[in-house]
Amino acid sequence: MPVEKTLKIEKIGKGTVIDHIPVGRAFQVLKILNISGDAGVTVSIAVHVKSKKLGLKDVIKIEDRILDSTELNKIAFVANGATISIVENYDVIKKFTVKPPDIITGILKCSNERCITNSGENVKSSFSLISKNPLMIKCHYCEREMEIDEIIQNII
Amino acid sequence: MWLNRDIVSIGDFTKEEVMQVIEKANEMLPYASSGHPEKPLSGKVVSTLFYEPSTRTRLSFESAVFRMGGNVLGFGSLEATSVVKGETLSDTIRIVNSYSDAIILRHPSEGAARLASEFADVPVINAGDGAGQHPTQTLLDIFTIWKELGSVDGKKIGFVGDLKYGRTVHSLSKALSMFDVSLYFISPEELKIPKHIKREIDKKVPVREAKNIEEIIEELDVLYVTRIQKERFPDINEYKKVAGTYVIRPSLLTRGKRNLIIMHPLPRVNEIPPEVDSSPHARYFKQASYGVPLRMALLDLIFRGD
Repeated sequence: MPVEKTLKIEKIGKGTVIDHIPVGRAFQVLKILNISGDAGVTVSIAVHVKSKKLGLKDVIKIEDRILDSTELNKIAFVANGATISIVENYDVIKKFTVKPPDIITGILKCSNERCITNSGENVKSSFSLISKNPLMIKCHYCEREMEIDEIIQNII
Repeated sequence: MWLNRDIVSIGDFTKEEVMQVIEKANEMLPYASSGHPEKPLSGKVVSTLFYEPSTRTRLSFESAVFRMGGNVLGFGSLEATSVVKGETLSDTIRIVNSYSDAIILRHPSEGAARLASEFADVPVINAGDGAGQHPTQTLLDIFTIWKELGSVDGKKIGFVGDLKYGRTVHSLSKALSMFDVSLYFISPEELKIPKHIKREIDKKVPVREAKNIEEIIEELDVLYVTRIQKERFPDINEYKKVAGTYVIRPSLLTRGKRNLIIMHPLPRVNEIPPEVDSSPHARYFKQASYGVPLRMALLDLIFRGD
């Protein structure tokens, strides 16, 4: 039998492709994009895929849903450098690399259990970007700095 | 710049602003015992909301308000307040905001003062938020170094004791990293300075870590001592062994520089024995006394501007 040389996931006609996700992070990306259970659209996930650029990578394809750049930039917190392709009629109409936003509100919990945002007050967590590489953010309230591992553990 | 400004975190201040507070505190020094002749806070009401017990901070703030001609209302324990009924901090702040011209807050949760400042129109002064920030303590510590040694730049400053949980150490070391100083951290392995604090400081000033004071005592201009708390150790014998190692004995001080000063945020337990009190190096009581002029300086800047 000949060795299969085609892509593991089919091309999509319309939707969003998130490529070059660091291997093992695909499910965290889905969590940030609020995709869980039945997403209502076809979502294909490939993990541990060979990549020239990264060695190994994860890929997500979301059909019939065009994610906006604000939404997508949030995934930079777990998949810095991921490539986004917006596809229509099988053509890539827009391609960009995600960049972490300067301020991120509501999608992460502060890793400091004693932070006021973890005490039942009616307030959304808020973090500012301290450095992109290595990724580092700082809680607006308790000023705790969080590195990538802590960020991943604290996605809401 | 200063008028109605919140004092939440030492990280909100530049070195120039810190120096402005220090110089203002020096101006206030004579009025800390006699009262400010112009009564800059006359007719003003300042709320002191202390969700956690405190002696020095609360009393020195209240003394500072009175010395500036203002009035104080508030609480120092929670029994008689709506907090015991489950009221959130943000609700309490919204209410107190309408009763007073400034709010001084101590709270067990880190970031509480930042949150309060977002709900209050009047300025909020952080009087300690859990293990987080305590900016007025930090400013008075810097004032003590400046006043007692003539400058902060060029000094070698050592911290000894509980560097893991001690918020005064975290806040002060971050603030000092704006100056041209060298910092030394001396602690048992269990109570080392947290990684996230060291990471911030390391980028700006030379830092050295050591396990015992003897290694570095001869180099220091300032030795900042903190209490090692029993409850941090699961084994009492381990605590005794460790605590004994970090006691500042007079014999140790004979090896220090002639102008070495010993500071401590107080309360102390055994880490500085009473025989050190009369040593020319001891400055911890003087340091505590500087709390009033320093807080007067902040009130003056907040209520009257630069």
